[in-house]
Amino acid sequence: MEKFYNLWKKFGKNFEQGGKLENLSSFYDAFDTFLFTPNTTAKKTGSQIHDGSDSKRTMILVVLALVPCALFGMFNVGYQHLLATGQLAAGITACLWWKALGFGILAVLPLYLVSYIVGLGIEFIVAQMKHEEVAEGYLVTGFILPLILPINTPLWQVAIATAFAVIFAKEVFGGTGYNIFNVALIARAFLFFAYPSSMTGDSVFVRIGSTWGWDGAQAVDGFSGATTLTQLSTGIAAQTDCASIWASINGLMPGCVGETCVWAILLGAILLIATGVASWKVMVSIIATAGITAYLFNAFGPDTAIAHFPWYMQLLNGGLLFGAVFMATDPVTSARTECGKWIYGVLIGFIVIVVRVLNPGFPEGMMLAILLGNAFAPLIDWCVIRKNIKKRLKRA
Amino acid sequence: MQQIILKRGLDLPIDGKAECTLGSVNRPDIFRIVPDHYAGITPKLDVKVGDKVKAGSPLFHDKTFAQMLFTSPVSGEVAEIVRGDRRKILSINIKADAKIEYIDFKFKVESLKLKEDVRDLLLQSGLWPLIKQRPYACIALPNKEPQAIFISTFCSAPLAPDFEWVLKGQGSMLQTAISALSQIATVYVGIKAGAAATEFRALKDCVLYEVAGAHPAGNVGVQINHIRPMRQGETIWTIGIQDLALIGKFLATGKVDMQKKVALAGPMAYGRQYYNVLPGMPVSAILKANFHREAPCRMIAGNVLDGKQIDLDNIINPYNNLYTVIAEGSDKHEFMGWMLPRLRDFHFGNTDPGKMLDCKCLRWLFGPRQYQWDARLKGGRRAIIVSGEYDKVFPMDIYPEQLIKAMIALNLDKMIELGASEVAPEDFALCEYVCTSKMPLQAIVREALDYMRKEIE
Repeated sequence: MEKFYNLWKKFGKNFEQGGKLENLSSFYDAFDTFLFTPNTTAKKTGSQIHDGSDSKRTMILVVLALVPCALFGMFNVGYQHLLATGQLAAGITACLWWKALGFGILAVLPLYLVSYIVGLGIEFIVAQMKHEEVAEGYLVTGFILPLILPINTPLWQVAIATAFAVIFAKEVFGGTGYNIFNVALIARAFLFFAYPSSMTGDSVFVRIGSTWGWDGAQAVDGFSGATTLTQLSTGIAAQTDCASIWASINGLMPGCVGETCVWAILLGAILLIATGVASWKVMVSIIATAGITAYLFNAFGPDTAIAHFPWYMQLLNGGLLFGAVFMATDPVTSARTECGKWIYGVLIGFIVIVVRVLNPGFPEGMMLAILLGNAFAPLIDWCVIRKNIKKRLKRA
Repeated sequence: MQQIILKRGLDLPIDGKAECTLGSVNRPDIFRIVPDHYAGITPKLDVKVGDKVKAGSPLFHDKTFAQMLFTSPVSGEVAEIVRGDRRKILSINIKADAKIEYIDFKFKVESLKLKEDVRDLLLQSGLWPLIKQRPYACIALPNKEPQAIFISTFCSAPLAPDFEWVLKGQGSMLQTAISALSQIATVYVGIKAGAAATEFRALKDCVLYEVAGAHPAGNVGVQINHIRPMRQGETIWTIGIQDLALIGKFLATGKVDMQKKVALAGPMAYGRQYYNVLPGMPVSAILKANFHREAPCRMIAGNVLDGKQIDLDNIINPYNNLYTVIAEGSDKHEFMGWMLPRLRDFHFGNTDPGKMLDCKCLRWLFGPRQYQWDARLKGGRRAIIVSGEYDKVFPMDIYPEQLIKAMIALNLDKMIELGASEVAPEDFALCEYVCTSKMPLQAIVREALDYMRKEIE
């Protein structure tokens, strides 16, 4: 290892000031700190020792927590394709399992490549312009983004949305840690409003036809690729028997790539809560409030299909759980005071159900609810802190 | 007795505490008094080269408060005045006599009936600078009346000296000082819950209270926040317990004797015990033969959380009670440390698999885990990302993160509203330790408090 270290550092000389590759120093630096923990030591004054956790470790834990969702999502993309093209009519065999996974990987991987190449590319350029280290924030954003998109989103649209979000939702505010809105959600919102036909409808969530020229089978007659929530918003009542509850939990249904499987989200949530990286308060308050709000709509709401959709099904369908676990808990854009986190979660949980039930134009409300929560987070914190300030003034 | 129980905080498992024995120190010929040790003052010289001084004679005074004198700890002759850029006084070197002669301040402690008498004596004797104040966490400003005086009898920082042992038999000195200071304002004395502390518990003329909990329970700022929260415009004095004993000794004998016991501790130190020192001695007197040389070491004046890095030519600071030696760590090249488990590194949060080995039953089976400590940052500097991190180690009724943000922005009104008057940099030491964004919090607080003082005073 020592030999490799010396070689690597020798190579790094090129990137120092005055070196041949000076203009790529942030690039080298990012890989340098990736390979070897920097051995810069504490300053003369201040804390002389530091904890073993750093932002790289925090971010990698979020990525790890997302892995089950990503893997299941890939499988589900392939599975839905096989289902829609009638290849599962005779039941699923081991061979078809692998075909589903392989097809899904081929379909999802390009989304990842585009998301990371465009997003990290911009991050590197901006870091180089500012002569700073590359922050790790985009590792998570870039991993989440493909998971909250329909599988059929055109890659060029993903590229434009990523660039827009990274530049206008993050870099103009100062980079990781300074953004007001969740960057991945801004990318999704951009697509949602700029290219609505790619984000909603019956044909976006299931890949029909070939991926990279493989398996161009066409859909069987009577196939509908609509999600449960889309159906409900068009007035078709959904089945809510035991089988459909299990289907919603297992997640073998159309939807955005990573949002469908409750088990995978649960695994991620356990890791995030056990390591303390994400706030359980936000998760609990969103889920509890959404459940209660949906229950109230069940009891007193208007006479529409979506209002009659049982509260537990509201929780299990769509992006609610995925958003509550991975997106609303983003520490930078959520409320930062402990008390504020409860209020923030309540706000999101309430809004998501209100949007779903009362606005038929938006079958899914989680994106809008979290973005609204992000917008209100500073105000919530302001009120919480104001209380502390008032208490201090009262001492006199 | 009032008791406060702190739930938030962190005791770092660093080994290498000083043993309760006294080591010998060679007294140097030359004592060097460094004005920079007294933060926030501008020194004006009262002596010139060749002057004879006694212990307690003034060497320099503050430009703003001319009555605040800084006196010599030894008797002898001023040998040299070392100046740096723009004639800044770096040190006043005194060739010490073999036997210290003291100035006799000629007063009787019983005759000190007025608080002005006590104040004047402290200012003249050079012991005043041992009194610190909140707001600003600086030497007490002589033009301000304190509303309370807080003394913590214990230090909860890693490897902290055991003041019960250090001050054994000095209960009467402490009592003399407290009785005199109680004429100025109410004196509050904090005792560690569960400690014997017989001498501290017997103190009179003061309000005693107990503090239970992990570090920073011993920090006086935390105690003030719980016992008597500061109101706007108030001034509170804080005095270190060993410094209080020096004041007591002076009031009882009329002589300025600044001899203190300092502890040498830390995993990379030999001779981990206590040493009698005077300010102005080189730190090499206690450190020279006492640290491991096989790897780069970091010598710290103070504890590992709020101390200052020093080297062997530095001078013993009048405020320090502890010197710590840890590994520097600059020779380590850790491969993918952000991803691989770090079993020998301490993690406050649960972000490392090694934390699972730290559970109670494994500790019971195999004894406490041994961690390696060094001065590496173990990460890069970032904007504040993770939320609620500081709160877990900051047991005060203050929002630390929001206060730090106001301080970074130098927003004076906001930081005062959020409680900047009540804090000192040391209160943020643990926050700085746990910060995953590796923010230099103590430096930020110091700069903000200095700015606040400049703007308000």
